[in-house]
Amino acid sequence: MGMARSNPRGRGERRRTPAPNPTGQVKHKLRFAIGSDFATSCRIQKQIMDEVIRQGFTGPSIFAVRLALEEALANAIKHGNRLDRGKKVRVEAEVTPRQIRIVIEDEGGGFERSSVPDPTTRANLEKTGGRGILLIETYMDKVRWSRGGRRLEMIRRNADGPPLRG
Amino acid sequence: MGNGMADMTSPVSVTSQQDIRIVEFTNNKILDEANIAEIGQTLMALVEENNPPRLLLDFANVDHLSSAALGMLINLNNKIKQKDGQLRLTNIKQQIYEVFVITKLDRLFRIKPDRAEALSSFEH
Repeated sequence: MGMARSNPRGRGERRRTPAPNPTGQVKHKLRFAIGSDFATSCRIQKQIMDEVIRQGFTGPSIFAVRLALEEALANAIKHGNRLDRGKKVRVEAEVTPRQIRIVIEDEGGGFERSSVPDPTTRANLEKTGGRGILLIETYMDKVRWSRGGRRLEMIRRNADGPPLRG
Repeated sequence: MGNGMADMTSPVSVTSQQDIRIVEFTNNKILDEANIAEIGQTLMALVEENNPPRLLLDFANVDHLSSAALGMLINLNNKIKQKDGQLRLTNIKQQIYEVFVITKLDRLFRIKPDRAEALSSFEH
């Protein structure tokens, strides 16, 4: 039923029809290019999470993906594009029953991962920000920043159990 | 509150036990910025209205929260401390509690397993 659905298009959001991958599983690829606003971000998060649930992800994996996706998009919009609505955030999500791979790229100035302070130290514990990256890296199985910090690729396998601790 | 009419669109419901304000989140997600800003304003208003503020946040309905929500809670905690008030958190589900542990915020906030224990932990 998912395959017959028409593709809602609008506000730069695009959706691709699924193509079977070599193992015979149906791989859904969703692609979006959105402006830097939270309402649109919310909408595409819902579309991606609907697909994650449809592919049979279990509780802990759904929780992990939802959290990392929210954090990564908030970072791209707020810290990357600095809420500049003229700048786009590109999002790609590839979902199979086994894993989700998400790529998020913003048009901001980038950042150096090693320069982000540890939010769990005593001195930083009462700061109101700076925890997004920690959560992304804790809850996803693979996380890679590239293009000067503007591009984030993250993978989470669909597995029961607590998040893998790095 | 005041007039006894429940505001159906409010992201929190507030009840009182003596001078303790008990806040229950009505939404199962405290994720997105607009929602968090609204909750933050409501909670800050409660802190302003009560001297000293004594707040108990009940997370029984909450299945998801983001780092922005944690930031809002830290902001609230700082404000309450400034006013010599007290803040307690309770009924936090395991998955959410894990987020507090990962961020070490379980050391910053006073988290109690249930409402009764949280209520009795307020100091006079």
